[in-house]
Amino acid sequence: MELDSVFYTDRSGIPSNLLLDQLPSYQSLLYRRKPAASGSTKRRSSSRTRSGSSNSVKFGQTTLVRQYEEKQRSPTLRRPIRELAKPMAEKRSDKLERLEQAKDLSGWSQWRQSTRRTLRRLREESAELLSNLQLWRGDIHVIEGMFGTGILSYFSFLRFLVLLNFVMFLLMFSFVILPIVVAPHASGNATYNYANGDWVVCSNYPSTTRRGLVLFQQHITDLLSGEGFLEQTYLFYGYYKVQAINFSQFTYNLPLAYLLVTIAYLFLSLIWIVKRSASGFKRNLVQDEDRFQSFCNKIFAGWDFCIVDENTARLKRSSLHYELKTDLEEERIKQKIAHRTQKEKCRIYMLRLILNGFVIAVLAACFYAIYVATNFSQSAQMTKVNFILDLINEYLPSIVITLANFVTPLMFSFIIQYEDYSPAFEIRFTLMRCVFMRLASICVLLVSLWGQITSCKESPCVCGYNHVLYPCWESRVGQEMYKLMIFDFIIIGAVTVFVEFPRKLIVNYCDCGLARWWGQQEFAIPNNVLEIVYGQTICWIGTFYCPLLPAICTIKYFIIFYIKKVSLVNNCRPATRPFRASSSNFFFLAVLLIGLALACIPVLLSVAQIQCSKACGPFVNYTTSWEVLPRAVDKLPAGARSFLLAISSEAFAVSFFVITFLAMFYVIALAGAHKRVIDQLREQLAMEGRDKRFLIQKLCQAQRTGAVRSQISGSRTHSSERDYRSNSGLFLVQPPPDSATQV
Amino acid sequence: MGTTASQLEKDLLSEYQELTFLTKQEILLAHKRFSELLSKEDRTLHNPRVPMVKIISLPELKSNPFKKRICHVFSTSDTKDGSLTFEDFLDLLSAFSDSATLEIKSHYAFRIFDFDDDGTLDSGDLEKLVNCLTGETDDTRLTPEEMRQLISNILEESDIDKDGTVNLSEFQHVISRSPDFVSSFKIVL
Repeated sequence: MELDSVFYTDRSGIPSNLLLDQLPSYQSLLYRRKPAASGSTKRRSSSRTRSGSSNSVKFGQTTLVRQYEEKQRSPTLRRPIRELAKPMAEKRSDKLERLEQAKDLSGWSQWRQSTRRTLRRLREESAELLSNLQLWRGDIHVIEGMFGTGILSYFSFLRFLVLLNFVMFLLMFSFVILPIVVAPHASGNATYNYANGDWVVCSNYPSTTRRGLVLFQQHITDLLSGEGFLEQTYLFYGYYKVQAINFSQFTYNLPLAYLLVTIAYLFLSLIWIVKRSASGFKRNLVQDEDRFQSFCNKIFAGWDFCIVDENTARLKRSSLHYELKTDLEEERIKQKIAHRTQKEKCRIYMLRLILNGFVIAVLAACFYAIYVATNFSQSAQMTKVNFILDLINEYLPSIVITLANFVTPLMFSFIIQYEDYSPAFEIRFTLMRCVFMRLASICVLLVSLWGQITSCKESPCVCGYNHVLYPCWESRVGQEMYKLMIFDFIIIGAVTVFVEFPRKLIVNYCDCGLARWWGQQEFAIPNNVLEIVYGQTICWIGTFYCPLLPAICTIKYFIIFYIKKVSLVNNCRPATRPFRASSSNFFFLAVLLIGLALACIPVLLSVAQIQCSKACGPFVNYTTSWEVLPRAVDKLPAGARSFLLAISSEAFAVSFFVITFLAMFYVIALAGAHKRVIDQLREQLAMEGRDKRFLIQKLCQAQRTGAVRSQISGSRTHSSERDYRSNSGLFLVQPPPDSATQV
Repeated sequence: MGTTASQLEKDLLSEYQELTFLTKQEILLAHKRFSELLSKEDRTLHNPRVPMVKIISLPELKSNPFKKRICHVFSTSDTKDGSLTFEDFLDLLSAFSDSATLEIKSHYAFRIFDFDDDGTLDSGDLEKLVNCLTGETDDTRLTPEEMRQLISNILEESDIDKDGTVNLSEFQHVISRSPDFVSSFKIVL
C-alpha cells in the first residue's frame, strides 16, 4: 500500500512527475505491469479519500509523510490503545478521541463495543487468577532473575513433567485403582478357566511376604527393592488380579480399563509434548531458514532484561563476551574448513572414523556390562546372603547404568576435541551421543530382562515365559523400574549433597591452585535435562507394570525441583557457554519425544507379544493383554462393532493414508509458495533501498542546483528524509502481498 | 505502605488497566514501588517526577547495562533528564511486561539501542550496544578487529536495503525472527 502511495501522488497532484518515473523500482515495475485488478483500484480510491487534504499539497516529502500518518492512524483505530507505542498522555487523548467517535455510532455497535470491553476485562482477570495458582510461580521468578532465561527453561520443563506425571497418575488412579478400592470384595475374585493341566502350574504364585519375625533391615530392603510386603500392594501389576467389578447397575471391565488407560497415558503424553513443542519447532524452522540470523539474535536479544542479580549480570556479560568470541572464531574456523586440502580432509575423516569406532566400542562395552549385570543380579536375587550384599545385588543394574552414564560423557567430551568439528556442532554431537547412551542403556536392561523371562530350562516354555523363576513377570519388570527410579532419585540427591556441596566448600575456602583450576560445579543444562528425561522414560515404561509409578515420579520431580534450586543457588555457577532458551525448549522436548518413542516399544511389545502371567494381574484369562480388546469389541452391539471393524480395516487405513498424504502435499506446496513470496518481497525491498538512495541523490542534486529550493528547504531535508526512511521500511513489518500489481 | 494502594483511585486504576498491559496487582505494586522512591515533599505535588538516579537504583534496573537508555526513552520530561512520572513508569513496565506485543517491545528496544537518537542504528550505535553487552572494561571488550567483523556480520544479516544502517522496520523484521527476544525483553517488578 505504501508503494501505492508513492506512485499515487503523481496521479492526483501532478499529472506526471519525471522524478518518480525515473525510480529504479518503478522502471522495473513497468516491465512487470499487469492489468490492474479491481481490488487494487478500489484500494487506490479509498486511499484517495482518506488522504483528501493531500491533494492541495504539492509534491514533496510532506505528502508522503502526511499519507504515512493517515495510514498509520487508520489501522490503529481497530487496535487496542495499549498496543500503541506512545506515552501515557497521548494514549489517553487517543482514548478520548475514540470515545468521541464512538458516540456517532449506533446504539447497537456501542453496546457491542462495551460488552467486548467487559468480556476482555473478565478474561484478563480470570487469567490473572489462574496464573496465581500456577505451581512455583514465585520460585521460577526468582530463578529467572538470578540466572536468566536459559536456566529458567529447565525449571519450567521440570514443572511440565510434574504436571504430566500428575495427570498420568490421576488417569491410573481414577480408572484402575479407585474402582478396586471402592468395590466390595473385588480383589481376588478372578475365576480361572483352565484348559489343561499345564495351566495349573502356570498359575502357581508363591507369596513373597515374609512370615514370622521380620527384621527391620528387611523392611528397608523391601522398601528399596519393591519386594516382600510391597509386592502384594497396589504398587505392582500383580495385585490387580480382578476380572470384573460388579457394581449394582453394571460390571466394570477392569482388564479393559487397565489396557485402555495404558494406551491413553502414552497417547496423552505424546499429544501434550507435540503440542508444547509445536511452537518451538516453528521457531526453530524459521531460525533455520536463514542461518545468518545468529549474530542479530545474540546482539539484539542477547541481554536478559529480567536479570536482577548484580553477580549474574556480570556472569551474563562474560558469557555473552565468550559466546561472541567463540562465534566469531567459529566463523573463521568454517572458512578454514572450506579451504582444507584434500590431504587434510583425508586425515580428518580417517581420524573421525577411528574415533567413532572407538566410541561404538565403548558403548558396546557398556551395554555388555549392563547385560551381564542384569543377568547376574536376576540370578543372585534368588539366593539371599546378607542385607548389604543383597541390596547391592538388587541394585547392580542401576549402579552399572549410572556408572556408565557418568563415565561415558566425560570420555565423549574428551574425544570430541580431536575430531575437529566446529564448536557448536561439537556440543550437539556430544549431546547426541549422551542421549543415545542414556536411553539405550534402558533398552539393554529390558532386552536382557526379556531374555531372562522367556528362557526356560525345557524349551519351549510351557506358559510362554519362565514360570518357575518369574511366576509374575510383570511385577518383576515393575520392580526393576521401581528400583531404577528410586536409585536415580538417590543419586541426584547424593551428588548434590556429597559432591557438589563439598566441591563448593573446597573451592571457596581452599586457596591452592588446583582447587582454583577445578572451579565450582557448572550447572550444565543438557546433562540435567538428560537426567530427568531418563527418569521420565523409566516412568513411562514402568507405569504399565507399576501403576503407582507416576505418583512416585511426581513426588520425585517435586523434590528434585527444590534440590536443583538449592544446588543452583548455593553450589553451582551457570555454564560458561549459555544455553539459549529458544533452542533449549525445542531440544528438551525432542529428547523427551525420543524417550517416549523408546518407552512405547517395550510396553506395546509386551502387551501384544509376550504371554501375560497366568498367576497374577488383570489379564490372567487372556493369552496376551491385547486380547482384551477384541473380546470387548465382540460384546458390543452390532452397529458399534461393525463401525470399529470398519475403522480397523485395510480399506479405511489406505484411504486415511491417502488423505493424509494429500494434506501433507498441500502443506508442502503452500510452504514452497510462501518461500517464493518471501524471496520476491526481499528482492523488492532491495529495490526500495535503491529507490531511496536514488531519491536522496536526486534531492542533493536538486539542492545543489537550487532549482527546487523553494519547495524543500534545507533544514527540512534531514527530518523528512528520516521520515521517509521509516516509511519505506514499513514494508518489512506488513509486506503488501500484491503491491507488484498496484501500478 | 497499605495506604498508598488506596491512593490510586479506582477510575484511574481501571484506566491504567486499559491503557497498559499490566494487571491490577502489577499496577498497584508499581504504584507502591514508585511512591517509595518519592521524597516526602514530592508526594504532595500533583504529578511528581522521580530523577533518573533514583529510578536506576531500583534492583530491577540496577544491573541492567541499558538502564540510562531505558529512562531516557520512557521519560516525557522536557529537559531530557531521564526523570519519570508515574505514568512514564507504567509505560515502561507495560512495554516490558509479559503480555506486551512484539511490536511494542521491538519499537522500544529499537529506541533503547539507538544511542544517538537519530532514528537508525548505525555502526556507532551497534558498537556501543555490543560494549554494553560485554562490559565496558578493557579486558571484556572485543578487539577492534573482532568488533569490525561482528558489526559487518550484523549489518549483513539485518540491513536489507544495504544502506549501512539498520532502521526501525529492518530491526522489527529481524526481531520478529529472533526467537529469544520476547522472553528476554521483560522486566517484572
